[in-house]
Amino acid sequence: MASSFTRLISKRNTAVLLAGLGAGTAGFLLSENSSLAAEAKKKLYPPSSDYPDLRKHNNCMASALTPAIYAKLRDKVTPNNWTLDQCIQTGVDNPGHPFIKTVGCVAGDEESYEVFAELFDPVIKDRHNGYDPRVMKHPTDLDASKITHGMFDENYVLSSRVRTGRSIRGLSLPPACSRAERREVERVVVTALAGLKGDLAGHYYSLGDMTEKEQQQLIDDHFLFDKPVSPLLTCAFMARDWPDARGIWHNNDKTFLIWVNEEDHTRVISMEKGGNMKRVFERFCNGLKQVEHLIQERGWEFMWNERLGYVLTCPSNLGTGLRAGVHVRLPKLSKDPRFSKILDNLRLQKRGTGGVDTAATGDTFDISNLDRLGKSEVELVQLLVDGVNYLIECEKRLEKGQDIKIPSPIVQFRK
Amino acid sequence: MEKISDKMVKLTLKRLSAEDEYPDLSQHNNYMAKVLTQDMYKKLRERATPSGFTIDGVIQTGVDNPGHPFIMTVGCVAGDEETYEVFKDLLDPVIEDRHGGYKPTDKHKTDLNSGNLKGGDDLDPNYVLSSRVRTGRSIRGFSLPPHCSRGERRAVEKLSIEALASLSGDLKGKYYALKNMTDAEQQQLIDDHFLFDKPVSPLLLASGMARDWPDARGIWHNDNKTFLVWVNEEDHLRVISMQKGGNMKEVFTRFCTGLTKIESLFKERSHEFMWNEHLGYVLTCPSNLGTGLRAGVHVKLPNLSKNTKFEEVLKKLRLQKRGTGGVDTAAVGGVFDISNADRLGFSEVELVQMVVDGVKLLVDMEKRLEKGQSIDDLMPAQK
Repeated sequence: MASSFTRLISKRNTAVLLAGLGAGTAGFLLSENSSLAAEAKKKLYPPSSDYPDLRKHNNCMASALTPAIYAKLRDKVTPNNWTLDQCIQTGVDNPGHPFIKTVGCVAGDEESYEVFAELFDPVIKDRHNGYDPRVMKHPTDLDASKITHGMFDENYVLSSRVRTGRSIRGLSLPPACSRAERREVERVVVTALAGLKGDLAGHYYSLGDMTEKEQQQLIDDHFLFDKPVSPLLTCAFMARDWPDARGIWHNNDKTFLIWVNEEDHTRVISMEKGGNMKRVFERFCNGLKQVEHLIQERGWEFMWNERLGYVLTCPSNLGTGLRAGVHVRLPKLSKDPRFSKILDNLRLQKRGTGGVDTAATGDTFDISNLDRLGKSEVELVQLLVDGVNYLIECEKRLEKGQDIKIPSPIVQFRK
Repeated sequence: MEKISDKMVKLTLKRLSAEDEYPDLSQHNNYMAKVLTQDMYKKLRERATPSGFTIDGVIQTGVDNPGHPFIMTVGCVAGDEETYEVFKDLLDPVIEDRHGGYKPTDKHKTDLNSGNLKGGDDLDPNYVLSSRVRTGRSIRGFSLPPHCSRGERRAVEKLSIEALASLSGDLKGKYYALKNMTDAEQQQLIDDHFLFDKPVSPLLLASGMARDWPDARGIWHNDNKTFLVWVNEEDHLRVISMQKGGNMKEVFTRFCTGLTKIESLFKERSHEFMWNEHLGYVLTCPSNLGTGLRAGVHVKLPNLSKNTKFEEVLKKLRLQKRGTGGVDTAAVGGVFDISNADRLGFSEVELVQMVVDGVKLLVDMEKRLEKGQSIDDLMPAQK
């Protein structure tokens, strides 16, 4: 059951673990010489010899990882044998990104955030606007009934969407998981999803086994995810063994979608055409709660703690992991020089309608919440709702030749 | 010993089973996938090399890359010298399959005496545009590119720079580190066709060879631009001798002289190349064991390449064709890269001899076909 998996020994770097237990290894299965060899190697290669060259780098990891922190953490391992070098590989290999300051490190398991806290805490603080995991607590609130004014003017809002991720406690995350662990994630999640009923009843499509017809349908619905090509992900080892144990589940209504074993154990997406964000969020919360209940019946749970909220692979998705967004037409506002400042103050972000690595074309933007950690799901969705309503108001005013105002900036964290 | 094996047994019980971990190779077509049964995987999963390389590290590239359009790939790599010993249950049959039946008990001959090559100085330059010999070398005691730490990779670079700096005469040259070359230097290296880029082939990326790029990677070449060494690309060192035209003898002589000199320079610094009498020179990819040698020419064969007997001739001569862009490319304009197909089980001299004799014959055949004459009497026996 769940508890036995929390004591899993990882396949990776078995020799390090065995040496640590005094068992030693040599190709040659067991030898006393090799743990001595491991010790000798450590002396021959002090941390300074392994410290990465980050002079041309611009990501959160590079800003935080001093030689002193590296020296302290280099020889530590999580219970799954995940190392600091593995956490930071993606940030070493990818100095920068044209549109956003990337995080530059990933967790291999839940314990990464503890064992390597001296790196992750400042990274989290940098990425999440000063949120300090050492002293602050993250609020979780999935009560969708609290949302007000969640119905947008559909002359402007074309579609509404909320996404998050969930990790299964006791199993390593995509950068680190073995094939068996990944398959176990798939089994746990697919079994749970099969228990959903009513408007949430649906079907799972394994990436490796789907028919050509199913594949084409998923492409047409814009549901299919591909093997990652972004070096941010491939350098973090997330594409190993593709497409083994990856798949897509969606309900028959095509309004609730779950990706299995892509960038996280699960990505959960609720979406609809049009502007009914309230209903999208209701389905989101309802679906998440039901899935959680279904895995708990079998002795599993999601990774969550009060310091970091829901634990996901990338530090940028900690807390709520929530991105609530719309595709919205803003032809006049988007050309106004105050547009960026308005978005900033509303704690909103614009993207192209192709997602994070795209630029906007034409007048239609993907507008979503910037924040993930330090505010609850309800707070963030309300923020998005209020913000988008404000943007639409601005657009309408500009249409009538009226002036618009930059709103005051929103307070960062609850006092 | 009994106490240790008790601990081992306890560990095994806590882990997920080999059945659960065994990769799905049902869509795969590479040498690793042909050989790795679930039972073999179960056995090899219990082991690691002294530096911590495991079976999953060995096979990751083959799991992630089911097949290749032009060639049957190997599908596994070594993380260090000991990989070939520790995982011999997998690698011996892969080697046997890839290297034409080379057995675990066979011995490999090394011969870098270019005086033993007969002829090779007169391939017709109207057809043979350029001649090139390459190999690789690994420095004993350091992990290989799929597995090495940044510290190790930098140590390999440092040692290589020191050794190469001692070369003199027509081998005197300069090192260009990838991470701090000037724009002018970079453009010159591109124009000379010397510059190597961060790998894009998924075969290499999936094995972890591109980590930390471009840290500790670089290119050294002599002032004459006929002798070139790549540091920390796919192997610790790739050594290349090349020049325009058909004088393969001269290319090979420089190759042997340079390699022998570099080896002695390393020995002066108490380092040696990875080598043993069964596998010859040990490199990252099992396909490059033995000599690691690819001797080849760019040669114009517009008529012969359209002839139905072309493939058969190459096979008999133990030669391989590639496009002029290298292993992952197709030929353009009737110009082919023709090189030896073998690496292991033949010495360096023997392989270059095959290329020299074989290319001479191909050019003769091309000339016959140009004149509309038959090539039947020229058909070679199987080498």
